[in-house]
Amino acid sequence: MARSIISDIKRDHIHKLIAKGKRIDGRSWDEFRKVSIETNFGENAEGSARVRLGNTDVLVGVKMDLGTPFSDTPDKGVLTTTAELIPMASPSFEPGPPDENAIELARVVDRGIRESGMIDVKSLCVTEGEQVWICFLDIYVLDFDGNLFDASTLGAVAALKSAMVPASRHGRGDDYPLPTTCTPISCTAVQIENSLLLDPTLDEEKVAAARLTVTTDENGDIRAMQKGLKGSLTRDQITTIIETSQRLGNELRKLIG
Amino acid sequence: MIDENGLRLDGRKSNELRPIKIEAGVLKRADGSAYVEWGKNKVMAAVYGPRECHPRHLQDPAKGLVRCKYNMIAFSVSDRKRPGPDRRSVEISKIISEALEYVVFTEQFPRTSIDVYVEVLQANAGTRCAGLTAASVALADAGIPMRDIVPSVAVGKVNDTVVLDLNKEEDNFGQADVPMAIIPRTGEVLLLQMDGHMTYGELQQAFDMGFEAAQTIYDLQKDALKRRYAVEGAVDEEENGEEE
Repeated sequence: MARSIISDIKRDHIHKLIAKGKRIDGRSWDEFRKVSIETNFGENAEGSARVRLGNTDVLVGVKMDLGTPFSDTPDKGVLTTTAELIPMASPSFEPGPPDENAIELARVVDRGIRESGMIDVKSLCVTEGEQVWICFLDIYVLDFDGNLFDASTLGAVAALKSAMVPASRHGRGDDYPLPTTCTPISCTAVQIENSLLLDPTLDEEKVAAARLTVTTDENGDIRAMQKGLKGSLTRDQITTIIETSQRLGNELRKLIG
Repeated sequence: MIDENGLRLDGRKSNELRPIKIEAGVLKRADGSAYVEWGKNKVMAAVYGPRECHPRHLQDPAKGLVRCKYNMIAFSVSDRKRPGPDRRSVEISKIISEALEYVVFTEQFPRTSIDVYVEVLQANAGTRCAGLTAASVALADAGIPMRDIVPSVAVGKVNDTVVLDLNKEEDNFGQADVPMAIIPRTGEVLLLQMDGHMTYGELQQAFDMGFEAAQTIYDLQKDALKRRYAVEGAVDEEENGEEE
């Protein structure tokens, strides 16, 4: 990701296909790759999910602990999201603290979940000003073939929906499911030569000029957006991506239930 | 947060910007610089380069690298900000860098870096937009060949109303925030983020407001650059006059 190298011959191939309205793997412009979601991957996590989006493979876990609230939100639990682009997932990922790509990924996933109100943070308050549940959402990319934003958001939402609050471990009664309200879904598109492609593969991301991620809720309302890469988008392109995200979001939401 | 006359806490209408002052060429040492006062925001930007890119493994033999570092100084916010990069500033640096790289003719400067430093001296919501607005004036002030300059503005939502350019109070209690950067001449969007809750219609309204405001800010940016070079132009005219 730091320096995404792609051969000229493959770049030309992608461009020529796009000119004919086609993609390198035969999908239509607004077609997602095959999605599989496997929840409860790890038994030591409060909730977890492994998402495969084509060849992209992401593992997301939820851990919860009791802690003190932030002083400006004494009656609210805390959500913290971290992403690690571990070196096994791609030759371009390096060991060490999260770089700007990992930070952006974590913050965009966090924004969609936080702003949708999926987690009612007030329900995570134990004693106002003293003790609240802290919810750690950790994203690990195992295999990188593009579109980490959507794979990670799917994984994060599925992991949170499967999570059990570990009350018994802290002597606070029986464990109970983490209360969630809605199901935010993100859809990402890239712009290549003024064509839009949903759910880009790594090769498509390398060729892309601009990227836009849009997170919507079940009402079709917009909860988060993030534009990326060094190119531009027109307003019409942005509108098309938002409308497509609303439509595809409804389909992807069914996979989580 | 909006009174019966449709006015906001600071007396602005829903589509009204805070007062914006832009000055180009405010630092001696930097190759280019700009200072922006935007409501209560005070933001300074400096440009160094094109210069040899370090570390060298980041060099691109085909083009230059535009890299921005956005930073808030310790006493720019009410609770002291611990110095050094945090996750928020890393993300903002990345998206400002990407927006600026689009307008710079980087292919003219292979193996170099163009370093843009944005320092938020006083923060009152909308600092990334003020920072990007300042940074593109600083790049132009540095004489770096560019496609265009980039105005940036945020549109938000308070009391179920879409409003332009949130101030701190509105941002703290607002329902949504949509920072954007647009080249008014072409309508190209170079930066776009959103958090909060907006319907499709509200978001379209936000784009309408943002595009209109971008033109206003763009004119202020151009005016700042003209003023910066008008001073030198005036001196030249005098000298020419003496020669005659």
